[in-house]
Amino acid sequence: MTRHPRLRRRLAGCALSATLALALTACFGSSQGGAKDNPNADVTITFWHGWSAPSEVAAIQATIDAFEKANPNIHVKAVGNITDDKINQALRAGGSSAPDVVSSFTTDNVGEFCSSHAFVDLTPFMEKSGIDPTTTFPATQLSYTQYNHDQCALPLLSDAYGLYYNKDAFAAAGISGPPKTLSEFDADAVKLTRQSGDTYSQLGFMPDYHFYESTITHFAAQWSPTYFSPDGTSNVANDAGLKAAYEWQKNLVDKLGGYSRLEKYRTSFGDEFSNNNAFMTGQVAMIIDGEWRAGMINDSHSKVNYGVAPFPVPDAMAAQYGKGYITGTIVGIARTSSKQNAAWEFVKYLTANTDAVVNFANAINNVPSTTAALASPQVNQDPSFQTFIKVASDADSSTTPSSPNGGAYQLTLQDLGYAYESGKQGDLQSGLDGAAHQIDTDIAQSQ
Amino acid sequence: MTKAASRNPGLRSRRRRERLRNLAFLSPWLIGTGLFFLYPLATTAWLSFTRYDGFVSPTWDGLDNWRFVFRDYPFFWPALRNTLWFVLVLVTLRIVVGLSLGMLVINVKRGSSVLRTVFYAPFLAPPVAATLAFVFLLNPGTGPLNSLLGHLGLPQPGWFNDPAWSKPALTLLAVWGVGDLMVIFMASLLDVPRELYEAASLDGAGAVRRFRHVTLPHLRPILLFAVITGVIATMQYYTEPLVAGQVASGQIGGSGQQVQPGYPAGSTLTLPQLVYNLGFQRFDIGAACVIAMVLFLLSMAFAALLMRRGSGFLTVED
Repeated sequence: MTRHPRLRRRLAGCALSATLALALTACFGSSQGGAKDNPNADVTITFWHGWSAPSEVAAIQATIDAFEKANPNIHVKAVGNITDDKINQALRAGGSSAPDVVSSFTTDNVGEFCSSHAFVDLTPFMEKSGIDPTTTFPATQLSYTQYNHDQCALPLLSDAYGLYYNKDAFAAAGISGPPKTLSEFDADAVKLTRQSGDTYSQLGFMPDYHFYESTITHFAAQWSPTYFSPDGTSNVANDAGLKAAYEWQKNLVDKLGGYSRLEKYRTSFGDEFSNNNAFMTGQVAMIIDGEWRAGMINDSHSKVNYGVAPFPVPDAMAAQYGKGYITGTIVGIARTSSKQNAAWEFVKYLTANTDAVVNFANAINNVPSTTAALASPQVNQDPSFQTFIKVASDADSSTTPSSPNGGAYQLTLQDLGYAYESGKQGDLQSGLDGAAHQIDTDIAQSQ
Repeated sequence: MTKAASRNPGLRSRRRRERLRNLAFLSPWLIGTGLFFLYPLATTAWLSFTRYDGFVSPTWDGLDNWRFVFRDYPFFWPALRNTLWFVLVLVTLRIVVGLSLGMLVINVKRGSSVLRTVFYAPFLAPPVAATLAFVFLLNPGTGPLNSLLGHLGLPQPGWFNDPAWSKPALTLLAVWGVGDLMVIFMASLLDVPRELYEAASLDGAGAVRRFRHVTLPHLRPILLFAVITGVIATMQYYTEPLVAGQVASGQIGGSGQQVQPGYPAGSTLTLPQLVYNLGFQRFDIGAACVIAMVLFLLSMAFAALLMRRGSGFLTVED
């Protein structure tokens, strides 16, 4: 068979173009997801999550089993121990192994997932299923799962922060109960601190920003700061509450012995998520931490005799005692998924089915993330756990808002915290001005 | 084309065949270099002028990324300063210690093989494990080294937790694993003709002059090799400062929260960490490519300067 050379060249050109187009599509991913799949078809969806501890993996698998029983045509292939770095890379790479449903332990990257459209907007799915998000989910949980009115994720259990205190250390120091205001807290922290040479035998509280959950955003929630102006620019230089939070922390650092001394003591602490956690070993008498710590203390058989309470509030805001910082795990549907309707059925079950939410929350000691589940009598009624339920339900509790470049602005604020607590940055207002400029520059660079 | 070739079609055809044959012999290198060096290099250079987050196709952005990195990104200059510090101090110390150990091992009368094994073994330790061990040993609060220093009444540095001591601590770790250079220097030292030392001794040269006028000239190509490979490796210094910084800070960020590299106070921040942080955590691939290009250009400049001043890899005899 003979072919005209020009035809051959054209065919070769077409083949090359097709190959390049395919390659480029593979590289850059599909530009539109669409939900045209049949939700009643027999399909297998891939679910990526971050849980890795055997008890947690068993709990999520039990939830999946219950879903599959209720939806026999949808099978879920779960892949655990996934971090946000892997999620980000996989969503960009696409391909047949990419996940359909993705959950992340942090809310930091929701803005990035939404603004880049890596996750699809779930609003049309909720409308189709008759779910009113404003009545189904608490306002704070709903806010940290959306960016610029794009509800690209939903809350999959929450985390509420509070104060853990060592009851024995309190009794030994003659303190009758947990502090409610920050001035009481500071006094207790000093009273609970025992010096030993150039270090401590017991520290009342470790305020240094490198310590476990002692971050500026966790502290600042007690002042309910506004991180961004309505136009999306940084408001950190103008927010009096945020400035007060930095100043309170720095004052406490100085009261407890100074930055160098505290940092040296901090290096003797074990890993936050091990049995050598400084609160569990008795090295620190009070910590700010999430509801999961109680489960970890109980599982570790630690001898620490602990109590929990809401984290104290500034004296001028004493009426708001009971609030705290809220965050949580989020779940969304990958834009590249070709089974988005089936994926939605699973996401709907995980996030909005009261029984599923309550059972999973009880199994892994997390706070439920729907209004109905928070009020459910089936939720763990242990008084310690109920403290966190109340913090999560408190109207004054707050979170860190989504940003198009993820948690970058929180890192900038942490960096300012490191510089301020160590004395490297003396002028706080100048530091906040610089941080605001940096946050705006980083956001502009990301868009 | 010569006149003879233009008049003789056979000669022309033979030369063409020769050229093709030469090209065929060269083709594996050409393909490899093109695919694995020139193409990635050209792509990196191009991406540095684009806005690209991995989701949508790159779009031309002019010099914005370069402006951002050099003017607005607060971590670039500290990371560059740290990287240059490591290039100057760490590479120099590794060469001095590697050469000293090589000379010690070939000159000892007894126990040479034991010393060789002892000095070489640390080089085999995986970088992450070695770094973890050093962070533990040098822990300011509970580490055995500071306990020993305390018992002796000496100052106890903060090591990986103190911005003033973190780079020296990393240098100590790098010098501990100097076994690779020691072996290379040993081989080169054994290659120096013994009669030159004998002649120099007869001429009245002492140990220092023998080292300066006999040993060093023979080692020049090896020294140049050690410096250039050391500079390139240090430009890519990533694992040890990252692991040391994260472990010493106590913040691993495993659950997804981003962690600012470079603890303490940015003192262990190196340019490769910024490439990963910008490119694969923030997905600002254009800005990451700017830093990658800076690293490439710096490596090329160092290599060119050293090759020019050191007359390449030629020995005194060449």
